[in-house]
Amino acid sequence: MTVTDISPANTARNISYALRGIILIAVLALALAPMWASRADLRLFMEALSFLALAQMWNLLAGYTGLISVGQQAWVGLGGYFFFALAMFAGMPVLLAIPLAAIAAALVALPTAWVAFRLQGAYFAIGTWVIAEVFRLIAAQNGALGGGSGISLPVEIAKSLAESRNGREMVMYYLAFGIGIASVVLVWLLLRSKWGLALTAIRDSEPAAEAMGVVTRRVKFLIYILTAGVTALTGAFIFLQKLRITPDAAFSVNEWTAFVIFIVVIGGLGSIEGPIIGVLVFFALREIAADWGSWYLILMGAIAIAVMLINKRGIWGAVQVRWDVAAFPVRKILPERSRD
Amino acid sequence: MVWINAVLQGVLLGGLYALFAAGLSLMFGVMRFINMAHGDFIITAAYLLLALVTGFAIHPALAVPLVIVALAAAGYLNQRILLNRVLGKDILPPVLVTFGLSIIIQNALLEVFSADSQKLQAGWLDTASFKLSEDLAIGALPLLMFLAAVAVIAGLQFVFYKTPLGRMLRATSDDPEIVPLMGGSNAHIFAIATALASVVVAIAGIFLAMKTNFDPAAGPARLLFAFEVVIIGGLGSLWGTLIGGIILGVAQTVGAQIDTGSQVLAGHLVFLALLVVRPRGLFPKT
Repeated sequence: MTVTDISPANTARNISYALRGIILIAVLALALAPMWASRADLRLFMEALSFLALAQMWNLLAGYTGLISVGQQAWVGLGGYFFFALAMFAGMPVLLAIPLAAIAAALVALPTAWVAFRLQGAYFAIGTWVIAEVFRLIAAQNGALGGGSGISLPVEIAKSLAESRNGREMVMYYLAFGIGIASVVLVWLLLRSKWGLALTAIRDSEPAAEAMGVVTRRVKFLIYILTAGVTALTGAFIFLQKLRITPDAAFSVNEWTAFVIFIVVIGGLGSIEGPIIGVLVFFALREIAADWGSWYLILMGAIAIAVMLINKRGIWGAVQVRWDVAAFPVRKILPERSRD
Repeated sequence: MVWINAVLQGVLLGGLYALFAAGLSLMFGVMRFINMAHGDFIITAAYLLLALVTGFAIHPALAVPLVIVALAAAGYLNQRILLNRVLGKDILPPVLVTFGLSIIIQNALLEVFSADSQKLQAGWLDTASFKLSEDLAIGALPLLMFLAAVAVIAGLQFVFYKTPLGRMLRATSDDPEIVPLMGGSNAHIFAIATALASVVVAIAGIFLAMKTNFDPAAGPARLLFAFEVVIIGGLGSLWGTLIGGIILGVAQTVGAQIDTGSQVLAGHLVFLALLVVRPRGLFPKT
């Protein structure tokens, strides 16, 4: 006779398996999306996958190292502008220019971090915003890149990806797919490594982490550079897809930081699952409320405030309080002592 | 002579920036709290004045105190109902809640007033000026702004160091855990501090409405100026705020003199340079 185990631990384990199954199916469906989805759907998926990468990076920074940046638009914008410059003036192939743009932005992040890290807490937040504004104003002054009115990517460069429109969209879709999935895998692998222990320790208590020998400053510095690079990679892709870049669009605080913060906060800060849930909620709400105009943004702001008042760890945090589940297990669990 | 003029105009502009910053500095000083919607509250005050004067045809002499009272009341309630709930060691909730407020205010202003850029006509104040020499003149409005900034900061200094209210505010700033033991109420004191800061925000908004064009999205830029002034002056130092305002103002007008498009950029760059050289500001309090 078999006894059905209905203990909470077992339920949680079953839910975790179910979640992993759902994620696997979703990834497969996304991988095959060009076969079943319409052109409009593919565009939506590309945008959602880009935002997933941006959200994972903001979450890695804020959720784990406690560095609240309101200036991530700096890296989206720089990634975009470096990509345009490399592709247009250095004549580099698109697929090489995108990662190089990310590396260039990460190099700019080195001195930027050195300046921004002089500020702490909320001051760091506004300081990163000032730095993003500096980049925006410099881009607006740069005549070669179109100054304040921006510049378009020449048709030949877009055509170099693939001759046909369908071919181009296929390449772009798989770029978005790669960036979105890679951002999740990157954070997951990072959190499972030795670094992950340091990061979760800092998330849970910075003084305690410091006391256990984690050099918090160095960890924060490296994570800042890493997130800047990946954010810039995403930015380079976003503006390849848009085919046009302007300083206001590239360095928009609302688009690249406010929305991303809302996504992470609503989904759940300090977890890998949170940003995924946040992206789903954000884009679902946007589809519903597309015609509401500014009321939609008012609603997003109100939801973010409500989350902070009700449960700081968002939707995923609320789920975890109820069931001890994890779609992406990163915790190290002590082996149970044998009962004798 | 153009350079002397640029510096002179910059000093006067610094008065407005000091007004932007004083409210932010005050809230940080008492509650260790940064209001990301600070600039949007300034713009709200400007729109409120505009609506009262041009929409409801209320005389400015009555509209100005109305705006100040409305902002102070809103500040008190906002702190009491919303912000007090998220104060604490974790800095994320206050940053996110006020960031959310900022988005809400900008879009609400957009719904009510449209995206058009506005300015309040200040009548004779707009044009009156005092001639210092052949090609040097001081506008009446910038001068009034600067004097108002000095008066506001002197007033705050007086409240903080010479009144029982100021004693409570300083005590809360020093140790918020002890004050309730002595019979004080932190929730009330914090709300009073925000109300006081909101009075300064209202005054800043009133001058902004007369000085420049503004639109619903103009708040964040003002938050950044206010923040730069606070950091340059040194956290918690009220007179440092005035000096910080003057430095930012001069950096911007001299920058504009070098290249018209670089006004704001020059201000940001001077701020970042000072941050590297003196991370704790010119007159750090603690």
